[in-house]
Amino acid sequence: MRIELQKRAGTSTLFSIVSPLLALALTLVAGAIMFWLLGKSPMNALYIYFVEPLLDVWSLHELAVKAAPLILIAVGLSICFRSNNWNIGAEGQFTVGAITGSILPVLNPEWHSPVILPLMLVMGMMGGALYAGIPALLKTRFNTNEILTSLMLVYIAQLFLDWLVRGPWRDPQGYNFPQTKSFQPEAVLPEILDSGRAHLGIVFALVAAVALWFMMRFMLKGFQVSVLGQSERAGRFAGFSATKMVWFSMLLSGGLAGLAGISEVAGSIGHVQPVISPGYGFTAIIVAFLGRLNPLGIIASGFVLALTYLGGEAAQLSLSISDKVSRVFQGLILFFVLSCDTLIHYRIRFVSTPSAEAEAKN
Amino acid sequence: MIKGGSVSVSGGVEASPLLSVQGLTKLFGSFAACNSIDLNIGHGEIHALLGENGAGKSTLVKMLFGVLQPSAGTISWEGAPVVIPSPGDARKLGIGMVFQHFSLFEALTVAENIALSLDPKTPLAKIAEETATVSRAYGLPLDPSAHVADLSVGERQRIEIVRALLQNPKLIILDEPTSVLTPQEAERLFETLMRLKAEGRSVLYISHRLEEVQRICDRATVLRHGKVTGACDPRQETPASLARMMVGTEVAEVKRDSADALGDVLVQVNNVSVASRTPFAVALKDISLKVRAGEVLAIAGIAGNGQSELFDAISGEYPISDNDGILLRGKPVGRLRINGRRLLGAGFVPEERHGHAAVSAMPLSDNLLLARSRSDRKAFLSGGPLGILKRDAILSASRRICSMMDVRKSGEDPTAGSLSGGNLQKFIVGRELDRQPSVLVVNQPTWGVDAGAASRIRQALIDLAKAGSAVIVISQDLDEIFEVATTIAVISDGKLSDPYPAGELTLEQIGLLMGGIHESHAGVETADAH
Repeated sequence: MRIELQKRAGTSTLFSIVSPLLALALTLVAGAIMFWLLGKSPMNALYIYFVEPLLDVWSLHELAVKAAPLILIAVGLSICFRSNNWNIGAEGQFTVGAITGSILPVLNPEWHSPVILPLMLVMGMMGGALYAGIPALLKTRFNTNEILTSLMLVYIAQLFLDWLVRGPWRDPQGYNFPQTKSFQPEAVLPEILDSGRAHLGIVFALVAAVALWFMMRFMLKGFQVSVLGQSERAGRFAGFSATKMVWFSMLLSGGLAGLAGISEVAGSIGHVQPVISPGYGFTAIIVAFLGRLNPLGIIASGFVLALTYLGGEAAQLSLSISDKVSRVFQGLILFFVLSCDTLIHYRIRFVSTPSAEAEAKN
Repeated sequence: MIKGGSVSVSGGVEASPLLSVQGLTKLFGSFAACNSIDLNIGHGEIHALLGENGAGKSTLVKMLFGVLQPSAGTISWEGAPVVIPSPGDARKLGIGMVFQHFSLFEALTVAENIALSLDPKTPLAKIAEETATVSRAYGLPLDPSAHVADLSVGERQRIEIVRALLQNPKLIILDEPTSVLTPQEAERLFETLMRLKAEGRSVLYISHRLEEVQRICDRATVLRHGKVTGACDPRQETPASLARMMVGTEVAEVKRDSADALGDVLVQVNNVSVASRTPFAVALKDISLKVRAGEVLAIAGIAGNGQSELFDAISGEYPISDNDGILLRGKPVGRLRINGRRLLGAGFVPEERHGHAAVSAMPLSDNLLLARSRSDRKAFLSGGPLGILKRDAILSASRRICSMMDVRKSGEDPTAGSLSGGNLQKFIVGRELDRQPSVLVVNQPTWGVDAGAASRIRQALIDLAKAGSAVIVISQDLDEIFEVATTIAVISDGKLSDPYPAGELTLEQIGLLMGGIHESHAGVETADAH
């Protein structure tokens, strides 16, 4: 016997809209079971995980700090995914953006000028875009699979960062800690409000999301993205170039990931260190799909996934559970989102294989 | 159930044919793809199945191989009626099939590919050994450890044949086997078929190449529009008489004013050759054509003879290297892309509606923009380089097209995928007509379209030419060709015949040209016929 997915004749519009919420509900149920198996009270644990972080002003700021890179990366990825280009290496582009954006403050710590911050942001974007340009070049020139190349480039970027902060960029007065000097005040991304740590990064994220939503909905460019993503042949008939679209989508998503990287370093960390991201570049893939690849939806899903990071920290403190729980929740969300979407479009059918049937007859 | 065993010609079943089919019918909705087909295949016989595309050949063999279930009629195997619920059961009976498009995994070796279709318990070494033996014995040399990706198309076909032979079939079905082969490879295949015949096995040979059929087949069954139009010994027939059975004898009525004055040459193709892009594509060989204002050039031919490749070259979806190879309104455009050619006043309608001419999941208005985002930039876009879509303008143009072509749809702006084939095709043709193109190139304008929509589309093409445009219609449907054409040329194996005025060409001559018989030969045959 084998299991087959059979395409449904019609797709329920209601379920398509409700699907992400359904996935979230199922994640909570699965999470409750997990807490119960760990010997914790499920309701209390879910409260600490998902509700408590929303009750304090400082932790709302933290939510914005964590949502900013997720949203910024995910809106770029949504354009990529919609155009059928699978950039899985945003984590690497984030890292390279953080490195190239930090060149100025690390090498010129005494440069006190208001232009340094805009320059850093531009260099961070360019770094991320160029790094995403590598898989784009490989794909357009050699037809290489961008999933593999962009993913492998993540590890190269991370190890390069590690080498930099342990080697040439290490702060000589830093007691041998593997990190650079703290950035000069002019090179730090300002906070939005006095009440907490949320910095301009979240503003960049919201602006990028709205701009890309506008592009996808009202501009010819967005139309090209959708057409080439659904049928390259129809795109060719329309006179749109699939090659140019590879470049456009990869450079765009790489640039936004790079901007997220430099914003993280210049905003929340203030110096460069070996680990600058708890996997934002990978989590952003979940954010993009949970937001239905719609930039406005991604704003909402970005905050939801940011909450899993915060909840993980809270659970570690109050419930003494490993912060790996946040990874579990992220995995559960992706699993349920994808399976809800699949089951909306397909029904499961159990088919007995012909040979088994024939043997049974004989 | 009858089990496939060793092949023996002797025995009590001698009197009954190996395979006998009576009144076999397959309905798709109300459309009869096969209509009460009778067919007998004797032991040790090479039996040809002839017919144009859409004649029902594929449907018939799919029923024989258990891929489709007949709506009515019976299949008898060695005198006993059988039901063939699946290809596995067909193999057990002793029917092997070699498909036109291969089902091979490129990354696996020859032996591994063969193992996939056999009993999973057989060890790979044994399969490799048998493969080597069988392939040598039948003159189909194959290295069992070679990777499929490294093999030529002819060698890949050998794998399919050997795979079928390893199951010791009594009947082998070959679907257009020579369409992918070089003449030398085809020669070897014929030798193999003769050897199979000598062993008492039977072959059902599907083809539209008349010379081949005459050369190797003992008997032929000819299909047209899902019905048997002839059963004969091909060696007793002339290519002309076979062609007549294949394309029908009814005389097409040409309802055109032949006195239409023709204007300037609007499309010209000069000696264009294009290498094939994929193993299954056809190379274009030295194609030349001219179409004048007011003229409809119809290009006839059996599918897969270079029609799509010709369309790609003329539309500019795949520009060619020789810029002077194609002229549109006198301007060389060979290297120009599709939108550049549209700006010169050309319009294009590809064969495949879903995923080529239209994106199924997108609404009609988006599909209108698909073909006209560049040529109607002023009307549909604003904001200069930003390219902001003017939804209202696009929607009203889409409405205009729907009412002009009588596109029946549910809702204001439904997705292309929700329309029936005929209505979507009317929209796709209307999308181009709405621009009043001076040149229109259409590939298979009414393929899979209901009769009402088809006649509306054909009328629109004739009217467009009357208004002074040059129209190229690529079609497999001869009735359609005679209905719309002022000039007819035939494409076969990537070569285009000379153009003939529509009134002077008979169905028989077209049939011969489609069958790959050279022009001079065709001329002689028709001279005899008159």
